[in-house]
Amino acid sequence: MEVWEWGSGDSSTLSHPHTSIPLYPLPYPHTPILPYPHTSPLSYLHTFILLRIDKITKRFPGVLANDQISLEIEAGEVHALLGQNGAGKTTLMNILYGLYQPDSGQIYFKDRKVKISSPRKAIELGIGMVHQHFMLIPDFTVAENILIGFKQRGPFLNLKRVEQAVAELSHRYRLQVDPTARVQHLSVGSRQRVEIIKALYRGAELLILDEPTSVLTPQETHELFQILRTLTAQGKSVIFITHKLNEVMQVCDRATVLRNGRKVGTVKIQQEGPEKEVIKENLARMMIGKEVSLETERTALKKKPVQFGKEVLKVEELEAVNDQNRLVLKKISFSVRAGEILGIAGVAGNGQSELVEVLAGLRKAVGGRVFLNGQEVLNEPPRKLLEGGIAHIPEDRLRMGLVLDLPLPENAILGSFHKAPFSFKIGNALPGPRWLNYTEIRKFTERLIISYDIKTPHPEATMRMLSGGNQQKFIVGRELTRSPKVLLTVQPTMGLDIKATEFVHQKFLEQRENQVAILLISTELDEILALSDRVAVLYEGQIVGLLPADQADREILGRWMSGL
Amino acid sequence: MLVGALAGFLGTFYTHHVGLGFLIGMAASGVFSLIMGFITITLKRDQVITGIILNILALGLTSFVYRALFGTSRTPPSIKPLTPLKVPILGDIPYIGTILFHQNLLVYLAFLLVPVSAWILFKTQFGLNLRAVGEHPRAADTLGVPVERMRYIAVILGGIFSGLGGCFLTLAQLNRFTDNITAGRGFIAIAAVIFGKWNPYGVALATLLFGIADGLQLRLQALGTKLPYQFLLMLPYILTIVALVGIVGKSKPPAALAVPYQKDN
Ligand SMILES: Nc1ncnc2c1ncn2[C@@H]1O[C@H](COP(=O)(O)OP(=O)(O)OP(=O)(O)O)[C@@H](O)[C@H]1O
Ligand SMILES: [Mg+2]
Repeated sequence: MEVWEWGSGDSSTLSHPHTSIPLYPLPYPHTPILPYPHTSPLSYLHTFILLRIDKITKRFPGVLANDQISLEIEAGEVHALLGQNGAGKTTLMNILYGLYQPDSGQIYFKDRKVKISSPRKAIELGIGMVHQHFMLIPDFTVAENILIGFKQRGPFLNLKRVEQAVAELSHRYRLQVDPTARVQHLSVGSRQRVEIIKALYRGAELLILDEPTSVLTPQETHELFQILRTLTAQGKSVIFITHKLNEVMQVCDRATVLRNGRKVGTVKIQQEGPEKEVIKENLARMMIGKEVSLETERTALKKKPVQFGKEVLKVEELEAVNDQNRLVLKKISFSVRAGEILGIAGVAGNGQSELVEVLAGLRKAVGGRVFLNGQEVLNEPPRKLLEGGIAHIPEDRLRMGLVLDLPLPENAILGSFHKAPFSFKIGNALPGPRWLNYTEIRKFTERLIISYDIKTPHPEATMRMLSGGNQQKFIVGRELTRSPKVLLTVQPTMGLDIKATEFVHQKFLEQRENQVAILLISTELDEILALSDRVAVLYEGQIVGLLPADQADREILGRWMSGL
Repeated sequence: MLVGALAGFLGTFYTHHVGLGFLIGMAASGVFSLIMGFITITLKRDQVITGIILNILALGLTSFVYRALFGTSRTPPSIKPLTPLKVPILGDIPYIGTILFHQNLLVYLAFLLVPVSAWILFKTQFGLNLRAVGEHPRAADTLGVPVERMRYIAVILGGIFSGLGGCFLTLAQLNRFTDNITAGRGFIAIAAVIFGKWNPYGVALATLLFGIADGLQLRLQALGTKLPYQFLLMLPYILTIVALVGIVGKSKPPAALAVPYQKDN
C-alpha cells in the first residue's frame, strides 16, 4: 500500500525528497549527465526515446477521442501536438498524466512498459503537466501550492526550504516567481510559471503544456519560449500543445498532428531556412485535411466598406475599481458606432476585464456615464442591458459564459430563457410562471451545433464533456444569435483552431455589415489589426491612444502598450 | 455528539471505567460519521441534507436505545464521572486557582487541542493536503492527493472529536444521559467554526464566548431572577450570535465546501 498518512514518515518510498532536487538532469540508464551550463551536442540526446506510446485508444460515450495513436518523444526535444478543436489532444495528454485510462494500447517510459494509473504514478515516473485550465489554489501562497500532495520525509512542512528550492529553480530555468506571494495576486504569466515549477520541483523530465500560450501576452509567450529552451538544453522534454503555427516554428523540434482522434503524421521542424513556409503549409493541411493554402484562407477575410450609423455605445469618463478596490479605469471615454469594430489592444490586466464587466452590468462603476442607444444605462442590471441589445463573450468562459455541469440545451438559452420561443405563458394576460419549451430549445441547440461546427459527443451532453475550443465556439455562437446591437467580446478566439478562428472572424465581419457595434478586446495584435475600424490601447486604466485602423501598425501599438 | 454522549455513558456504565467509556464514545461516533462519509463522499449526495437527516436519526436513535436499556425510571442511572485534576502549585492560587487549574483532564485537553490542530492544519503536509482538498479537489487530485481518502479521514476525525464533545457532557459534566442532552451544541460548534473564520484560534474564541454566556445564564438562574428560566436558557445562543455577527467580519469558507468531488474517468 502507498504511504500517505501524515506522521508515518516512511522514507523508503520517497521518490523525490525535496532535499535532493537534482542539480543536473536526472540520470537515466542510457544518457550521460550533462555538465551545466552545457554545450554538448543535443543530437546525442535526441537519439534517446524518453516516452513511447503505442496504439492508444480512448473512447467516450459517443466519440472515439483517440484512435490507435502512436507517438515517440525524444529526450531534450520540444514536441508540438497539433490538431483542430476536439481532435483529441487534451484527452491523450490526460492519459499520459494518469487522469484517464486508455481503453487499449501501451505506454513505455524510458523503455519500460508502464501503467499510469493515477497522476501520482505519473509524477513518480517524472511526468508533469500544466493543464489548459490552471490547477492552482488562489488563497494559498506559491510555496504552498507547490507543496500540495508532496511526499517528503516526515510530516512537517518546511516552507523555508521550499522557498529556497523554488528560488534555485527560478534561477536555473529563469522562471521568476516570488514563492511567498499569494497566487490570487499573480498575473496569468506568473501563474503559469508556478505551474511549471510545480512540475519541475517534483523532478519532471517530461513536461506537458496544454495550450500554454492561449492566455499569455506576446511578451509572456516570448519569456515562456526562453524557459522551454533552457529546459530542453538541460535534457528535459516538452510536449507543447498550441493552435499557432508560428509558435511551432519558433520553438519546436518536431510536431505531431492529430485529426479526428487519429494521428496524421509527425514532421521535423526547421526553425530557420527556406523550407519553413513549406512545412507550415504542410502542417496546416495535415490539420484541416483538405487542400487549402494559408494564403487563400487569409485573403478570404475581406472587410467590406460599411456605412457607420450613429453612436450605439457611448462611454464618458468611466471609472471603476477592481476586486482589491484599486482604481483600474481612470475616466475612460470612447464610443462605438453601428457597423463599426473598435479594437482595444493592451497587455491583459490594464483594466480590460473591468471595462467589459461594467458594460455588461456585472460590475458597478464608481463614476462616469454609459449610453446605450442614447439612453443612460450605467449600473443597470445585466438583464436590462441584455434586453437593450448587449451581447457579451466573456474572457473567462469557465466562470462566466457557461455552466459546465448543465447540458448543452440549458447552456444555449442562458440569458434568453425568459423569452419566446424558449418559454411561454399559459394565458398571456394572466400573471403566472413561464414554462420552458424544450422542443424549441433542443431545435435551437441543434442549429447552434451545426452552424458553429461544434463537436460534441451528443446534443444533450454536459458542457464539461466538450473540448476547450468547442466550449468557446458554443459561447460565440450563442451570443451572436441573440442578434445584438452591441457586441462586447474579450479574447473571442482563445483556444480556437485556425479554421474556427477564421470562421469567428468572418462572423464578426458579418455582424458588422448588419450594423452591430462591436467592442473587440484582445491581446492579439493580429486579430485587432485584421478586424478593427479603429484601434485604441488601454494602458493602466487609461486610453493612451486611438487611431483609425489603417494608420495603426504593430510598432505604434506596441509602444503604446508598454506605456511609452 | 449525541451518539458519542450515549455510547460513552453506556461504556462507562457497563465497564465501570471512565477512560474506556471515552474510547467507546469516540469510536461509536467515529463509526456513525462513517455513514455520513459514505453517503456524501462515495455516493456524492448532498451534505446538508445528509447532515440534517443523520442529526434527526441520532436524536431518535439515542433516546430509543436509552429507553430500551433503562426504561423510564424515576431515578435515572448515573455513573462516576471524570474527577477534576488539580494542577500542583498553580491550583493553590486563591480564587483563580480553582477556576483555571482545578478542572478535569478534558478541559486541559481541549485547550491543548487548539494549538495542536492549528499546527497540523498549517504546518504539516497532511494539513496542507487537507486544506487543498477542501479548496480545489481537482488540483489536489492532479498532484496525487487521494481526495476521497482525505475526505473520509476528515469526516471520521470530525466524528471522533464530536464524540469526545458528547462524552464530556455525560461523563464529566452531568454524569447521566438525557434526551437531546447536547441541546444544539453541535450547531453552535458549526457556527463557531464559521465565525472563527475557519481557524482553530478563532474557533476557540467563539466557543469561549458561548461558554461564558452559558456560565452567566447558570449563575443568573441560581440567583433566582424573575425572568422565566426559558429566557435564560436562550441567552447564550442569542448572545453568541449577536456578539459574533457584530464583531466578526466576513468569513470565507473553503471553496469546495460541501461540494462532492466527481472524478471523470
Ligand atoms: N469527459 C468526456 N466525456 C465525453 N467526451 C469527452 C470527454 N472529454 C473529451 N471528450 C470528447 O473527446 C473529443 C476530444 O476532446 P479533447 O479535449 O481531447 O480535444 P482537444 O484536441 O484538446 O481540443 P481543443 O483544441 O478544443 O482543446 C471531443 O470530441 C470531446 O467532446
Ligand atoms: Mg484541449
